[in-house]
Amino acid sequence: MSARPFSVAMLWAVLCVTSARAEPIGDADAGARVFGKCKSCHEIGAGAENRVGPHLNMLFGRSAAGIDGFRYSASLERAGTNGVEWHAETLDAYIENPKAFASGTRMNFRGIGDPAERADLIAFLRRYSDNPANIPEADPTAVGIDHDVDPAILALEGDPDYGEYLSGECTTCHQSDGADRGIPSITGWPDEDFVIAMHAYKDKVRPHPVMQMVAGRLGDEEIAALAAYFASLGE
Amino acid sequence: MKLNRRLFLGTGAALTATLSAPAVFAQSKPRVVVIGGGAGGATAARYIAKDSDGAIDVTLVEPSRTYFTCFFSNLYLGGFKDLSDIGHTYGKLASDYGINVVHDWAVDVDRDARTVMLAGGATLSYDKLILSPGIDFVDGAVPGWDVTAQNAMPHAYKAGSQSELLRAQIEAMPEGGTFAMIAPPNPFRCPPGPYERVSMVAHKLKQINPTAKILVIDPKAKFSKQGLFEEGWTKHYSGMIERIGPDFGGDNVSVDPAAMTVDIDGSVESVDVCNVIPAMKAGRIAEIAGVTEGNWAPVNAADMSSKADPDVYVLGDASAQGDMPKSGFSANSQAKVCANAVRGALTGSKVFPARFSNTCWSLIHTDDGVKVGATYEATPEKIAKVDGFISQTGEDSALRKATYEESEGWYAGITADMFG
Ligand SMILES: Cc1cc2nc3c(=O)[nH]c(=O)nc-3n(C[C@H](O)[C@H](O)[C@H](O)COP(=O)(O)OP(=O)(O)OC[C@H]3O[C@@H](n4cnc5c(N)ncnc54)[C@H](O)[C@@H]3O)c2cc1C
Repeated sequence: MSARPFSVAMLWAVLCVTSARAEPIGDADAGARVFGKCKSCHEIGAGAENRVGPHLNMLFGRSAAGIDGFRYSASLERAGTNGVEWHAETLDAYIENPKAFASGTRMNFRGIGDPAERADLIAFLRRYSDNPANIPEADPTAVGIDHDVDPAILALEGDPDYGEYLSGECTTCHQSDGADRGIPSITGWPDEDFVIAMHAYKDKVRPHPVMQMVAGRLGDEEIAALAAYFASLGE
Repeated sequence: MKLNRRLFLGTGAALTATLSAPAVFAQSKPRVVVIGGGAGGATAARYIAKDSDGAIDVTLVEPSRTYFTCFFSNLYLGGFKDLSDIGHTYGKLASDYGINVVHDWAVDVDRDARTVMLAGGATLSYDKLILSPGIDFVDGAVPGWDVTAQNAMPHAYKAGSQSELLRAQIEAMPEGGTFAMIAPPNPFRCPPGPYERVSMVAHKLKQINPTAKILVIDPKAKFSKQGLFEEGWTKHYSGMIERIGPDFGGDNVSVDPAAMTVDIDGSVESVDVCNVIPAMKAGRIAEIAGVTEGNWAPVNAADMSSKADPDVYVLGDASAQGDMPKSGFSANSQAKVCANAVRGALTGSKVFPARFSNTCWSLIHTDDGVKVGATYEATPEKIAKVDGFISQTGEDSALRKATYEESEGWYAGITADMFG
């Protein structure tokens, strides 16, 4: 029954807001070359099997951690449980920065910063899903969507003292020594990953009611302050 | 009334002045006394000590050497946790944070002299006093019951020996026997607590005594997470649980602990175990300190200071603050706001605006967890709810399992936040 975390209508709303960044669907052939970065762990196409990473056939519409029998990280399992499905939008966010999307993911990959390169890769991956049948309408045009955070927000210097105070709201659940049990560790992340993740909750792109609620009332300065403080804890 | 207390103290106060003379010389360091080492008090003491780096002298007064959390004590009744899993000691607060942990009862507070008297005879001076004594029971709330009857009819609403006793009684129930719970009226600590307990007792009985019955006698028409609990009871414990609300006399009950009977609106039932959870009020020391109005202690939402005295703060269950439920999560959240304000007042450190939040998880059955939560802000009148959410009925089992696992993470998080 797990529905997509946001409706198509909402997706369109997001689309329109950020349409300045929206690009035409990527070039699948160029994407085939980008896939070289993934190949050591993932197979795709006829006869593809699970390797270090799961096979990527029929990826669109699959829920996160959706292949039975594959050993996923608890983080990705949780994302799947919370209703995350793989579509252009979610893949784009994941590939951009896997750890910011699912903090404990076992996908040992730094991410692809260039939106055009990601669009190409996603276009390539789409070839191996039931194309075009059974793919939600929004997907082909949704490629340019991600929860890229305004560079001005990313550039904010957080005040770690303020972050330390605000962190009280986090440390009731997330342990400040970085221990992780049922609830992920949030210490020692690069500032930027932290900020992106929090804005993804704030914008309700990442699912989880508690985090959406907490992030929902944090301002940009406050998120920057928390990022600065928790980054310092990992040092 | 304050005057009365001072007159009454008489010689005691004079004695105090002599005994605490050295404190006059040590005046350079401001002193905070925290009464109660639970969710509110332990957190406040730890944050003040940690963030002031030794600039404030923090004393924590708590009679128990081991604090058993009420949170997860229902899971202990259900067989999901051992007692040792929910016991915590104060060693780290002393060794790692330099807190002076005094295992004693506070028996009086003189707000004019700014001193706290301990049962053992010592007197502590304070610049700021934080009260987080939790709850006590309202006298005569359930006719026939008082604390002298708590062995025959345990409340288990303060965890530890009471929890052990209740679990032993459940395990010793005759086949097909009846477990009765008398639920409390609002407001009380942990709104979903009695109903999580019903779920956990049902879980236990289903394994060891499947024909046993559970009777809930409730003065309230509605209760927290009702839809979620009732869905779970039908699904997992069909036919086992009966709840008598006020429409059938659930608000007119008395007990006879010697006969092990419960009188519900004139009809007398014999029961095998009777868990009496009486109406609650602020821990008695709040009343003795003269900061209560009615059953609870009103506070200012911005910093949790008492409306009766700017040098006294009241946290957690004992406070009347507005919209937050009386929970460990709330007490912990309030403690951090208070710690920030107290530090600011005593050392001039920066005071940030108050923000509060709460999430309460409950376990209904193995891997069937649900939650409810909200964020809050300080308004001039009270702590006011901003936004909230609740688990939905009909959620799939994977989500319920993830919710339970999350509650275990929360438990590890909050206890680390309290005790270091
Ligand atoms: C069955 C049950 C389940 C619960 N489940 C949850 C849950 O899942 N999540 C949640 O957030 N909350 C839960 N709670 C609620 C939670 O336990 C309380 O809200 C919380 O403990 C309140 O914190 P406090 O600091 O106000 O009081 P407490 O934690 O009770 O601490 C008060 C302390 O003060 C001490 N004290 C009292 N008087 C004196 C005195 N005169 N001198 C010195 N010390 C004194 C006591 O010994 C005690 O240790 C549950 C409660 C119950 C009963």
